Amino acid sequence: MTTDRRPLLLMTPALLWLTALMVIPCALILVLAFFRRGVYGGIEYTWTLENIALVFDPLYFRIFLKSAGIAGLSACIACVLGYAAAYAIAAMPRRRQPMLLFFAVLPFWSNYLVRTYAWIVLLNREGLIVNIARWLGYQGELPSMLYTEQAVIIGLVYNYLPFVILACYAPLSRMNAEVTEVSRDLGASAWTTFRRVTLPMTVPGIATGFVFVFVLSIGNFVTPALLGGGQFQMIGNLVYAQFITANDWPFGAALSMVLILIMLGLLMGQAVVADRAAGGKGRADD
Amino acid sequence: MSRFSARSRASLRNGTFLTAALVAFTAPALAEPLTVSNWDGYMAPDAIEKFNSETGNEAELVLHATNEEIMGKLIASKGAGYDVVFVSSPFAEVLHKLGLAEELDHAKIPNISNLYKEATELSHDPGNQFSIPYAWGTTGLCYRSDLVEEPTSWNDLLKPSEDVAGKTTMLATDRWLLAAGQLDLGYSVNETDPDKMAEVRDLLIEAKKTLLAYDDTTFYAKLVSGEAELVQAWDGWCNYGIGENADIKYVIPEEGSDLWADTMVILKSSEHKDAAYAFVNYILDAENHRWAAENILYKVPNQAAMEGVDASLFETYPNMAMKPADMLKYEQLRDVGDAQREYSRIVSEIKAAN
Repeated sequence: MTTDRRPLLLMTPALLWLTALMVIPCALILVLAFFRRGVYGGIEYTWTLENIALVFDPLYFRIFLKSAGIAGLSACIACVLGYAAAYAIAAMPRRRQPMLLFFAVLPFWSNYLVRTYAWIVLLNREGLIVNIARWLGYQGELPSMLYTEQAVIIGLVYNYLPFVILACYAPLSRMNAEVTEVSRDLGASAWTTFRRVTLPMTVPGIATGFVFVFVLSIGNFVTPALLGGGQFQMIGNLVYAQFITANDWPFGAALSMVLILIMLGLLMGQAVVADRAAGGKGRADD
Repeated sequence: MSRFSARSRASLRNGTFLTAALVAFTAPALAEPLTVSNWDGYMAPDAIEKFNSETGNEAELVLHATNEEIMGKLIASKGAGYDVVFVSSPFAEVLHKLGLAEELDHAKIPNISNLYKEATELSHDPGNQFSIPYAWGTTGLCYRSDLVEEPTSWNDLLKPSEDVAGKTTMLATDRWLLAAGQLDLGYSVNETDPDKMAEVRDLLIEAKKTLLAYDDTTFYAKLVSGEAELVQAWDGWCNYGIGENADIKYVIPEEGSDLWADTMVILKSSEHKDAAYAFVNYILDAENHRWAAENILYKVPNQAAMEGVDASLFETYPNMAMKPADMLKYEQLRDVGDAQREYSRIVSEIKAAN
């Protein structure tokens, strides 16, 4: 039999879709980064590198670092919480697991904005948490929990936690129980078994979850705007501002380009980790 | 009646081309399609429909969420696709500088005589050569009179007393956010001198430490819930809070305010200018323009409309009774051209500061 054309045929609609709605718009944005901004927000079609240079201006670079810090911390917290949850689910009797996973992804059935607004209801100074504390007899003035960096991190962790649970659950549930039994039989403690056997075997899941949360968080602009009260400018907000309020599309494009490069780098790093864990046979484990 | 039904039967048989030809032939001056872009809810829900039935045009309303959004579209398309747009005065000024705004022929807008004299003297466009004001007002302090002392100065917002700290919000939009600092320091709201703007920046970075949030859209709701007690606000939006809680009050600090004006601009590229003029004239009708004052609680620069407003409205919302002559004392936000990039940068610095 010569080459089978069916896979190509099946992939064509998806490829066309991605090319038309993803690759071409992205390319247009990237090209924009090399043009000059007109005085009134238009675009002057002369080549320049000044937008790219401006990204590395200390002010904007600091916003990049800050965003990376918030995204990184959110990803770490989500990984710890998510891994623990996934471990617990995987340890349950098989027939109960689908239901627990269902509960884990249940929040996705509601809109992202609604879920974020729910935190405003919970955290604000006249909100549910404060009122419960008062009802329990707490007298003093509570500091506002809303519009803080912590609120932004809470929102990001909450929204992206299900991704980590799913990503960690997959390798945990696939793990052969006999492997850990062997480890225990050979005299390793439960902790050592976890550390030396279970954890290394599930690193790809953790890496996938971490990269997911990080990538989704660093570009997020809704959560910082709503839960940060506009006081925490993350890179997503900066990009949003360039396109929507400052009408400085070339600079917005330059920022997006650097952001996309960071994300691509991370996704490739994650692929390498997954590949190594799969035995380095040059086949990524998804 | 019979002619109409004959026409529709003909169109069924011969397709829409014939109908179009018939309509064009029988009603050459009528049924001009017209595209109007405005903010959501900024005019009567039935305004377009009534305009169409009264004038026989086919106007269509499209919405923009912000000035910047519609400006982006207008600049990209050189105005094509739009006939009348509602934008704030600095943006009307930009449209004029870019040559996109029609030089208005007042003879085609007889209702322009309804405007206050002051509304024809706005500094961005004296004599209404390219823009007609639709609504105007001030930016000041909106506060809970039952929880805080009456504020008198921008300092009450920017350097709040200990019990108000953490319960203030400021507008998030670049120009108004900066205006609070500029006015406090006694500078023009269009100041571009780097040293003075550095002072404004430092003041606003200090002020940020005592701020609950930057908020353009829900600050009055925060006052109602008690989450905030003193906020920077447009007078019209403060009225929404007053409507829900009579303890909410509006005051212009002693250092002053800006005078903002939202305007109607006809695009030079419009292919339906007669209909566009008819639309602007329709809005300026006393009855139609009064709708905006009574329903969105913004002052309108239309004397005939304001005189028709029920007096009880001025009692409930005292800032609605502000005299045009008093408002004209305040400086308008003007287009600052190239300095806008510097303004954006300063706002980024403020928002990124800890």
